[in-house]
Amino acid sequence: MDGKLQPAVKAISERYSVVAQEFRGETILQVPPEILVEVVRTLWDEFAFDLLEAQTAVDYWPKEEPRFNVVYQVYSMRDRVRLCLRVPISGIQPSLPTIEGIYPNANWHEREIWDMFGIRFEGHSDLRRILMPYDWEGHPLRKDYPLGYEEVQFSFNAEEIDKNKPYTKE
Amino acid sequence: MLEQSEVTLDELRHLVSERAIEGETMLLNMGPQHPSTHGVLRLLLELDGEVVVNCIPDVGFLHTGIEKNMEAKTYEKAAVMTDRLDYLNNLGNNLVYCLAIEKLAELDVPERAQVIRVLLTELQRISSHLVWLGTHALDLAAMSVFLYCFREREILLDIFEMCSGQRMMTTYFRPGGLWRDLPVEFEDAVRNFLRIFPKRIDEYEALLTKNPIFLDRTKQIGVISAEEAIRWGITGPPLRASDVAFDLRKANPYSGYEQFEFDIPTQKDGDTYARYQIRIEEMRQSLRIVQQALDKLPYGPVRSNNRKYVPPPRSELGFSMEAVIHHFKLWTEGFDVPKGAVYMSVESPRGILGVFLESDGGPKPYRVYWRTPSFVNLQALPLLAKGHLVADLVALIGTIDIVLGDVDR
Repeated sequence: MDGKLQPAVKAISERYSVVAQEFRGETILQVPPEILVEVVRTLWDEFAFDLLEAQTAVDYWPKEEPRFNVVYQVYSMRDRVRLCLRVPISGIQPSLPTIEGIYPNANWHEREIWDMFGIRFEGHSDLRRILMPYDWEGHPLRKDYPLGYEEVQFSFNAEEIDKNKPYTKE
Repeated sequence: MLEQSEVTLDELRHLVSERAIEGETMLLNMGPQHPSTHGVLRLLLELDGEVVVNCIPDVGFLHTGIEKNMEAKTYEKAAVMTDRLDYLNNLGNNLVYCLAIEKLAELDVPERAQVIRVLLTELQRISSHLVWLGTHALDLAAMSVFLYCFREREILLDIFEMCSGQRMMTTYFRPGGLWRDLPVEFEDAVRNFLRIFPKRIDEYEALLTKNPIFLDRTKQIGVISAEEAIRWGITGPPLRASDVAFDLRKANPYSGYEQFEFDIPTQKDGDTYARYQIRIEEMRQSLRIVQQALDKLPYGPVRSNNRKYVPPPRSELGFSMEAVIHHFKLWTEGFDVPKGAVYMSVESPRGILGVFLESDGGPKPYRVYWRTPSFVNLQALPLLAKGHLVADLVALIGTIDIVLGDVDR
């Protein structure tokens, strides 16, 4: 572990009794959802982790408890170190408190996670879909969402396939 | 049409001011098909006369589901899709993806391959900045700069074509090294570019740096302070224009960047003009790196010798049975990457470009997430645009340097 990362990891793991892991030179903290906001605020306030570099989610379907992991990468501009937070959450009505109040740029990241994984962020100011059309059904990056292909139209069957296209049903 | 706009207004009620609902200010749709939005970006503007009160970006028109698609392809095949994300920084995307795989698989890359990677990504940075400069100047009605920039970019694209066979969609960097070694003409072509390009930068500067129209359009437009920029996650040239000397190439060096000498240009003003100066200076710094890389380019292999990840050279296939087996296995089922997750990020021409890669131990990535700089930087557009004229908005979209393929992925 990077020497500059040690005080932050030590303080967090002692104060909130979370486990720190090391993998390929990265430090990962497993944070339960209830104390997420508190941990992030402590990192921001006391240890100068001032940049939310990335925020995303991983789906472990068909596992249900926990089904998703939301992954945060916070970066300290002062110490030039990065810390990874992993928050496991349930697959039944998945939701998590927003961290928009600490890092404003979490706004779009959380909208993207809602769009792609269907994880709700409580207290988010503007939780709309961001990349998919507003009337889209389903959350594409979930593992139970099929990749899907469009049937190829040739001149002999173009009209037949055309009947099944979504725009004919409008 | 009217019906649709009513629905939109209702949905966006919490984003516009009270005055818009009473009809005092006007809601105007800009884009998605608009030449100055650099792609398909839609902006919903709330205007008081000509002043922007509110600006709501609407993205996703270019969404191609690359993250989902990559989960269905083997690691090596998915590398092809990385080019399509940020189509002005293809080699940079290849680089971060390969670095992530190499970090997860603990794969070594030979010295020569690392230096070539640095050399080519710096050329790519110049080419990306040239497109930015040309289109930004074009938005501000300076037509000739656009033509000049694309003239020089053509030289760079020819160099990329020489290496990889493709002008833009290169996929030249592969896990464990490069696709193949550089061609013999490469060195002369780059040296030729190094000779002519410094004068060309002076040419662009002669057209713009002291041009009163350009100054009027860019000075004090879209000022952002250092604290605000960091809070909003802005990285790259816009952050350095707000006087934060932050560059991942220096802060957390990768691919051997610590061996090269270069400076991080910074500016104090944080406005559109400062961001212009930063990018111009960055082109000069990139030239320095290219020069050093070319001078020190070591001899040796360009691919790792680890046959579990990297296919054997063609010459071995004729006499080694084992090589044939490896070749066959790698090109049919791909390689397995150890279970685990890593995050790797590099400094792209637009800011921090990161990739989060999770593997379940199989030959296909379990999850690939792209932290793209355009997506994050675009989020601050409303912040920059408030209180400026609609005409300045065009300059602001240009100055964040978004690539919509990068935003929508």
